[in-house]
Amino acid sequence: MSAIHAEGLRKSFGEKLVLDGIDLRIPEASVFALLGPNGAGKTTTVQILSTLIRADGGRAQVGGYDLTRQADDVRRSIGVTGQFAAVDGLLTAEENLLLMADLHHLPRHEGRRRAAELLDRFDLTAEAKKTAATFSGGMRRKLDLAMTLVGEPRIIFLDEPTTGLDPRSRRTLWQLIRGLVEDRGITILLTTQYLEEADQLADRIAVLNGGRLVAEGTAEELKRRIPGSHLRLRFADERQLDAAAAVFDVASRDPENLALHIPGDGTPATVRAVLDLLDAARVQAESLTVHTPDLDDVFLTLTETPRKSVAA
Amino acid sequence: MTTATATAPTPSTARSHAFRDAMTMLRRNLKRIQRYPAMTVQIVMLPVLMLLLFVYVFGGAIGGGIGLGAGDRDAYTNYVVPGVVLMAVVSGTITVAVSVCTDMTEGIINRFRTMAISRSSVLTGHVLANMVQVLFILALVTGVSYAIGFRPDATAVEWAAALGLLLFLAFSLSWLSAAMGLVAKTVESASNAPMPLVYLPFLGSAFVTTDSMPTGLRWFAEYQPFTPVNETLRGLLLGTEIGNDAWISLAWCTGIGLLGHLWARSAFRKGAER
Repeated sequence: MSAIHAEGLRKSFGEKLVLDGIDLRIPEASVFALLGPNGAGKTTTVQILSTLIRADGGRAQVGGYDLTRQADDVRRSIGVTGQFAAVDGLLTAEENLLLMADLHHLPRHEGRRRAAELLDRFDLTAEAKKTAATFSGGMRRKLDLAMTLVGEPRIIFLDEPTTGLDPRSRRTLWQLIRGLVEDRGITILLTTQYLEEADQLADRIAVLNGGRLVAEGTAEELKRRIPGSHLRLRFADERQLDAAAAVFDVASRDPENLALHIPGDGTPATVRAVLDLLDAARVQAESLTVHTPDLDDVFLTLTETPRKSVAA
Repeated sequence: MTTATATAPTPSTARSHAFRDAMTMLRRNLKRIQRYPAMTVQIVMLPVLMLLLFVYVFGGAIGGGIGLGAGDRDAYTNYVVPGVVLMAVVSGTITVAVSVCTDMTEGIINRFRTMAISRSSVLTGHVLANMVQVLFILALVTGVSYAIGFRPDATAVEWAAALGLLLFLAFSLSWLSAAMGLVAKTVESASNAPMPLVYLPFLGSAFVTTDSMPTGLRWFAEYQPFTPVNETLRGLLLGTEIGNDAWISLAWCTGIGLLGHLWARSAFRKGAER
């Protein structure tokens, strides 16, 4: 059974079409990343699936419950950590967790037990009695995630969980997120604009652009969708670039950067052959780099198409 | 989101949760009030300063002017205290607009909205915490009034009735204030929006009798909601004539409360789509 199953989700805010028919099928106990630039509709998708706002069209089931007809059952199955830390700044870390325990209607001792366990797991025990307003961004985000876990949700939405964090806090949070899936079989829908984050955490990735899903697959599958590796040669001026381009008829030019992209792998034999041809034509390259496609290329290739759906 | 169709069909558990959730939210808001005492101090200061100003600076002159007996400061103290207490209640309820708006502009409200809790508990928690805050303010203002010579002749029942009326008014204004906090775009505008209410007692019988005012203003003063409440309070505490004012007061409080509650609920529902 799918943890999240959505068909044709549509949403506009006034005249602006934000989601233009989104289909999602996310299996249980997996991490699914929704990757896209700002304004692609990532947050809107999460807001709809977490019952925060209603879709204009389409339907969805979360945890087996219908999103509109069984909203409270959906709410009992999910946890949400949004882009802006949803902690009460005037309460201490411990009080924030106990507040969640009370709102989940847990018995007092069980609430205390979970709060203590989460403080320990998230390395916040020393700060338990401090008000959250005094916390750093990374600590607030950790507390936020801990609050989400108090209710032991089966499905977690993480909306840009590491946006604005320093690299160290980001890595800490990644470890915590990975731990969730490994030891409890939780399903996670993650949105991010960082390809590295999707690559690190997600089993499957969907690329969202202008309110539409433009690609979906594993990181490997997505990387295979775009042209293979190439050698990138840079030149001092346009004359040199033109001369080199005349030698390699399969090459594509990047005049803005005075660069030439030649399809091929990075083996020494290929590199030597390319350099030999350049020498023969008496052209000097400034630099040579071997480029293998990463998710950045996938992302840029898939999202650079004109966003017609939004302009319409 | 229309709650009627969106919530799960389990009304009995929902109702028992509503009370529990409201108590949880009450505890949360009381903690917040304690951690941020500056706001309480500020709203206590306004009526206390008004009291001192009117009793010691204007008291002698006004007391004679409105026919309480020439230069009788003590008589004026008794006259003005109910109005100041009223003002304390009104300024005390403004904080709800600020605290509700603060909640709405921070991420925590979205967390509450995605949890299976009673939707109304968020606002109920704010209003109930404000009741506790108003009680505290009332005790303080009454204490100061006593210290400067306020001498009511009320029986225990009259005291209880006066307190009951004040809390009913606070409850009604608190819902109105919550609604204003929900529709305000920023915390600053939320704190300004209910401000005119604080000064409304001035345009009534709080500080001077209405017959000393020009016709147009007198007409307004006699029909605005705070004048009957003020007169009822004065009657209960000092034994002046109450007449129909008690019923008119209760009608005003009910009306304001109902309007505020319905407005707040619809604004809260729309807030998700904002």
